[in-house]
Amino acid sequence: MEQQHFTILDLLDLDLKEHDALDLRCLGGRKGLVRELSVPDLNRPGLALSGFFESFANERIQIFGRGESAYLSTLAAAGRTDTVEAMFRFPIPCCIFTQSLTPDAAFMAIAETADCPVLQTSLSSSEFTARIIRVLSDIFAPRATIHGVLVEVFGIGILLTGDSGVGKSETALELIERGHRLVADDVVEIHCIAGNILMGQGANKMIGHHMEIRGLGIINVTHLFGVGAIRDKKQIQLVCGLEEWDAAKVYDRIGTDENTTDILGVRVPQLDIPVKPGRNIPIIIETAAMNERLKKMGYHSAQEFNQNILRWLESESARAVYFSRDETI
Amino acid sequence: MIEREITICNRAGIHARPAALIVQTAARFKSKIMLERAGSRINAKSIMGIITLGAGFGTVLKLITDGDDENEAASALATLFDKKFEEE
Repeated sequence: MEQQHFTILDLLDLDLKEHDALDLRCLGGRKGLVRELSVPDLNRPGLALSGFFESFANERIQIFGRGESAYLSTLAAAGRTDTVEAMFRFPIPCCIFTQSLTPDAAFMAIAETADCPVLQTSLSSSEFTARIIRVLSDIFAPRATIHGVLVEVFGIGILLTGDSGVGKSETALELIERGHRLVADDVVEIHCIAGNILMGQGANKMIGHHMEIRGLGIINVTHLFGVGAIRDKKQIQLVCGLEEWDAAKVYDRIGTDENTTDILGVRVPQLDIPVKPGRNIPIIIETAAMNERLKKMGYHSAQEFNQNILRWLESESARAVYFSRDETI
Repeated sequence: MIEREITICNRAGIHARPAALIVQTAARFKSKIMLERAGSRINAKSIMGIITLGAGFGTVLKLITDGDDENEAASALATLFDKKFEEE
């Protein structure tokens, strides 16, 4: 999927809560708010301010903390603006002052003429850096849209996939009825975070948590089942592919082999679940979720079962050998 | 596989009723039918998917059909869009 353009205005517009809140406001250079951010990285412009512009990472957001701010005030006191002007000749996406620091008037005037946005946050530099890196890596994460239903069952994020009409939404509805949660129906937007975590969410907040059920039409899950029945986003930990029962296909009967599928380069365990009238799919999904949790805790039902059988067979044959020896004496 | 561009001609854009019409039409065919807007591709047999596209008046979508009856599917859907979903 092509990367959407992300501007500084979008950064200010992000609806982030609690430990993600960036608490940004714009001090000046508003014309430059349309500037695009091309990399999810930051730079501390200390060297640039002192006049060293070699390898200056100008395509990054520039963070001004106490140190940079104090250096700026010594520059202002000495009446020197040459390095600041030189810095703003680069196409910097924006400057952010932390700890509610405010730059001097000369700096603001230069930024204003360069049309470079100057933002301010009340957070400390290290805290702000940690938060914005998290936010930006989410925005710049590889993403994909998948046709399926994402539900959280016993804390495990399960992506139900399958052809339309196979009963994904109906299965999800039954799971919600049994106290589990809906994350997204039909269109699941997946972000790959940190290269190994698949975060799934609805593609659109406006129409999120609605489902289409054949014969009923579109229903609002939040209103019908309450806020306890929904979740905004969830990591995808298991993929359950629902498919019409195919008598010719061999389905897994033991479960010792691990089947996986590839989403955005991340391997996720996958189960193929055949659908047939009279098969209670939601209960199978619930069991799959619990089994997955057991596996994460280090207990693999199928492998353990097989181990026990092997141990038993071994002891049986040992006993047989022992008794047969007895008879010969 | 057939790819063609289609434009939304009805004033209201794709709201619930046109989405249902698209799905009904698409479901008649065995082919895989997808709609794409600005890089996000969705299954044309899913109502919520089509509504998620947020396709308003004048939006250009890419229609992709793939399968045994891809020609018929593409032309049936294109006709539906041209007829403005029998709305106007």
